[in-house]
Amino acid sequence: MSEQAVISIIPAKAARWQDYVRLLKPRVMSLVVFTALTGLVCARVPMNPVLAVVAILCIAVGAGGSAALNMAHDADIDALMRRTRTRPVPSGRVQAADARALGITLSLFSVALMGLATNTLAAGLLAFTIFFYAIVYTVWLKRRTPQNIVIGGLAGALPPLIGWASASGTAPLGAWLLVAIIFLWTPPHFWALSLYTQGDYAKARIPMMPVVKGPASTRRQILAYSLFLAPLGVAPAFMGLGGLLYLAVAAVGGAGFVALAARLAASRAGDAMADGREDVSESLYDVAAAAKPARDLFAFSILYLFSLFATLLVERMLAVAPLTAAWVPHA
Amino acid sequence: MSDPKSEDFRAMKARRGRNILLAAALFAFVVIVFIVTLAKMGANGAAPL
Repeated sequence: MSEQAVISIIPAKAARWQDYVRLLKPRVMSLVVFTALTGLVCARVPMNPVLAVVAILCIAVGAGGSAALNMAHDADIDALMRRTRTRPVPSGRVQAADARALGITLSLFSVALMGLATNTLAAGLLAFTIFFYAIVYTVWLKRRTPQNIVIGGLAGALPPLIGWASASGTAPLGAWLLVAIIFLWTPPHFWALSLYTQGDYAKARIPMMPVVKGPASTRRQILAYSLFLAPLGVAPAFMGLGGLLYLAVAAVGGAGFVALAARLAASRAGDAMADGREDVSESLYDVAAAAKPARDLFAFSILYLFSLFATLLVERMLAVAPLTAAWVPHA
Repeated sequence: MSDPKSEDFRAMKARRGRNILLAAALFAFVVIVFIVTLAKMGANGAAPL
């Protein structure tokens, strides 16, 4: 029997249904659902609860569809990085074509159902977000520019706006403020992570900021973004969105964020890896001592964003009055 | 009878799991569209003429 024939009868690794679920990046999906729900609730528009659940489901499925498209396209570079090499496509359990088909199907179904259940604006914004993540970020930006996660971060920032639009059919300034907070949060969050995973990014030739501009420049840029993010995080309290509790959480959280970013800027986190010494840790949190300021900011950034949106959500659920009336231009 | 440890058996089991997931997803979609239709019809029925 020829070698070719032997290879052809070896069964491919069998994909289990869990592999298809993993293609949808459930952890990212949970953050998307959470921020979208906050946007929906902050719209303060009465909505049929069934349609609200369906709207959130559509956003979750749309996020999952775009994640599957991302994994289908990035299988070659995912295979080179420790954090991503066990994903279903690079590990050979799911064919890239199957992942792509799943992504396209889920994207189409989620947008169509969103249009049917809510309104055209929400469906259009969902379609735009999927396109932005799967094409603009994944195909055009990720391998081309160190600004990849800055511009591409818009896709991750839009869910609160989609949630808001699904409830109200509008996209007012308050919704865009929530988008802006996530948009400015994304670079310090991902760059802190990339400071201690840059070896993997370099191996995969992904032009992340520490790989292209070096760790020192990245640390300075993280601090700069944090200085813009902290006051913006407080702004919802003065624009008719947040109450006193939100103001306190955003002020304390923002101060903590800036303090950790300043500590990181003063550190040498990422320098060892830039010198060619590799961090052999498999975990995102168990890192070398020199990388701890980066790891601490990465971990705190998740807590910070979660706290802001959770406080907005809780205040709205408890019907806590916002500090100010909704801000209206020209009023 | 299939050997439970054989690759064929594992592949068949995995395929069965995928098929069940696909059937459940399609069924869920049909149910959701039905419920959305009822909710929309209810909203329209309640609106003033």
